[in-house]
Amino acid sequence: MGERLTTSTLLVTEEDEKKHEIIRAKGEGKELTKEEKQRLRKEKKQHKKNKKDDRGPPEKEKEKEKASVPAPSKPATQSPAHKAAPVPVNASASESPVAAEKPAKSKAELRAERRARQDSERASKQGKKEGGQQSTSSKPKATPNELQPVVKRLPDHVQVDDPVALKKLAKKLERQQKSGQGCSLNITGVKVPLRSDYGYKVSLFSHLHQYSRKNPPTQQISIPVTVIHPSIVRLGLQYSQGIIAGSNARSVALLHAFKQVIQDYSTPPNEELSRDLVNKLSPYISFLSQCRPLSASMGNAIKYIKKEISNIPSQCKEEEAKRILQECIDSYINEKIILASEAISKYAIEKISDGDVILVYGCSSLVNHILCEAFEKQRKFRVIVVDSRPRLEGREALRRLVKKGIRCTYVLISALSYILPEVSKVFLGAHALLANGYVMSRVGTSQIALVAKAYNVPVLVCCETYKFCERVQTDSFVSNELDDPDDLIVTRNGKTHLENWQTVKSLGLLNLVYDVTPPDFVDLVITDLGMIPCTSVPVVLRVKNVDQ
Amino acid sequence: MPGADKETELSERIEAFLSELKRCGSGAGSLRGSAETARETTSLLRRITAQARWSNAGDLMEIIRKEGRRMTAGQPSETTVGNMVRRVLKIIREEYARSRGSTEEADQQESLHKLLTSGGSSEDNFRQHFTHLKANVIEAINELLTELEGTTDNISMQALEHIHSNEVIMTIGRSRTVEAFLKDAARKRKFHVIVAECAPFCQGHEMATSLSKEDIETTVIPDAAIFAVMSRVNKVIIGTQTVLANGGLRAVNGTHTLALAAKHHSTPLIVCAPMFKLSPQWDSALQELVLRSFCFLLPGEILSKVNAHCPVFDYVPPELITLFISNIGGNAPSYIYRLMSELYHPEDHEL
Repeated sequence: MGERLTTSTLLVTEEDEKKHEIIRAKGEGKELTKEEKQRLRKEKKQHKKNKKDDRGPPEKEKEKEKASVPAPSKPATQSPAHKAAPVPVNASASESPVAAEKPAKSKAELRAERRARQDSERASKQGKKEGGQQSTSSKPKATPNELQPVVKRLPDHVQVDDPVALKKLAKKLERQQKSGQGCSLNITGVKVPLRSDYGYKVSLFSHLHQYSRKNPPTQQISIPVTVIHPSIVRLGLQYSQGIIAGSNARSVALLHAFKQVIQDYSTPPNEELSRDLVNKLSPYISFLSQCRPLSASMGNAIKYIKKEISNIPSQCKEEEAKRILQECIDSYINEKIILASEAISKYAIEKISDGDVILVYGCSSLVNHILCEAFEKQRKFRVIVVDSRPRLEGREALRRLVKKGIRCTYVLISALSYILPEVSKVFLGAHALLANGYVMSRVGTSQIALVAKAYNVPVLVCCETYKFCERVQTDSFVSNELDDPDDLIVTRNGKTHLENWQTVKSLGLLNLVYDVTPPDFVDLVITDLGMIPCTSVPVVLRVKNVDQ
Repeated sequence: MPGADKETELSERIEAFLSELKRCGSGAGSLRGSAETARETTSLLRRITAQARWSNAGDLMEIIRKEGRRMTAGQPSETTVGNMVRRVLKIIREEYARSRGSTEEADQQESLHKLLTSGGSSEDNFRQHFTHLKANVIEAINELLTELEGTTDNISMQALEHIHSNEVIMTIGRSRTVEAFLKDAARKRKFHVIVAECAPFCQGHEMATSLSKEDIETTVIPDAAIFAVMSRVNKVIIGTQTVLANGGLRAVNGTHTLALAAKHHSTPLIVCAPMFKLSPQWDSALQELVLRSFCFLLPGEILSKVNAHCPVFDYVPPELITLFISNIGGNAPSYIYRLMSELYHPEDHEL
């Protein structure tokens, strides 16, 4: 399925098919017409609005946090019939119940109507919203005729110190039962569990979660799990226990789990697959983010899937739709991850010459792949693997490289100044590339870049474009992840000094997972689109959005 | 014979001290701070002065030099031993000069005039015999010992001049001097300390538990997070193993990274080091490596195929250091060479 329908052709087909449907329905009168379905939906939405359901905003918060894509452009051009509540294309909570005759109205009028409605709803919900600022998007978008205001909401996982936000999240998780929209089935007692924080948190990080690996999130779930698909439960556990780690691995695992979900999915009556499936996925995503905060790559993948699902034409049969979605997911994995790493290896191998001493940090699947490829292409080099406590991921990288037969040296990160005079190049992997050119990666990466700069050693970052995200960040505090603090405890010479750190009031352990590297430390970023400087990341993002 | 007994006893003590030094280096014996080593070296040198056979200053200096060479050879990385030997040699020179009646300055400076007029070497000068030299030297060494005992207190007394309230201070590893410094300041001020644990031995853990017992807000971070949290740190206070003549440091590994991060964020780097850590020798080839620490990190079949390095010390250049706090006050790194010349005689730099 390499073909991508542009939004305009989609619009055309939508309008056509709607006309056909109306004609057919009027003739046959067998099933609910589109009008009736939309009317039903409208009523349900009114009903929900009266109950002041705030399911919409927190979800959109999540999506916004990953990559606030120029989604506002979408609703302008997409057919109104495709705007459903859970689809986080527009930041506001408006769900436009547009009847089938709307396509007759001009697009500009529709947009004006919608905006007026959004404003009124926003005014009514003022009290409940926190952190909702209206900010025009920072980069001019190529497609829309006017700049849509992008209301950026703070994601849940960086608002742990705000009790209002926590209560909202708890309520939202409770409400994520069997697919909503006024369904009569009401399964009580089975909810997405809310994980509780563990241990004393350093005051600088009181806005982040800190979970313990010894309390897995599934302890509060009862069996049978009717809300959450078992493969998602398994995935969540694998994330929280650290069995699956690394942004590529997590994304691929997520996509495979979603394939399983789609396979087992069956559309309930009176519902459309495109809308219902997206609703189904929301509690899964909440659960996964409770297990471990979503990574930028996962966020982009989820956005892609949701877009593909909502783009399924409504007259498509269920089997056909499922097949299309499976193929979409496969092609995403193939293009964005596997082929991208091939392209990156090709570029990177040009940068490796004979006699090089290459320094790598931790275990990046991409960098390991590059080194193995280079070794197969008969380049003569040796590798220094730098590792750090408490994760000690470098051991895994060391194992893979030694198995290939590459000559390796192993040091801890505190020995960096000792080993750097020997090094000719530094290759680093990235978790995400932020829009202001900062590289978000495993904690310690910025340190390596700093010391390499001091010794005038070139630093090359390798990153696929699907990890680029629209967020901006300047320090490692505001948005980070806190790992289990007990990991820092260690026994040396038979003594474990930090054993009872919980009992000591003024002692805290800090186990950060990520840090951001400023772009002046990075000399080159190697992506599947080519070799670019760090500051060209927003350009790539813009090019990608234009394509989409 | 009492004389022979004394001699054998003396050589026994020296041997015991040497073996203790060697064992400390390999980590099998008890880990001591450098202050303790300095004190024990000085008392041993005092004993040698008292009990060994010598008739003039030159002989005494020869004996002490010989013993000093043996002691430093036993544990080259423990520089305080050599430093104390040089201090004692300087004391002997001074006492000798005072006994002879000549002023101290004239002997200290190697002025051009002096070089021209003296002609002959100054070594002959030490052959004179003075009856009270022994007593004077032993008294001076006692003074040195009292000075050594008071160094940590002297440094801690300056703490309140450098730490204000609500500061965030970062340190690395475990230094008894810095520990006393921070505890002293904590009596009057409230501040927050971040300790980098300094793998693989993780001495930072001990430091953190000790500080937190005094109700100081402490946080332990892994070495990899040093740059990440540095932007919130107001001061970096570290200890060191040796202070070099150019104002640089030989400190525990990871300190150079810490210093670079502090420089990047323009955070002042303060080194708390007593004067006996000043060393005129820089053996750049000496870099102690400890390899046994990796056996618990890597499985055997991989460890056999890779080179693993674990250096113990880092060199930190003087440009990255803001201030030295020692028992005689605060100094800039550019002044260290001057202090060095007051402590040791140039001819003693090579033992």
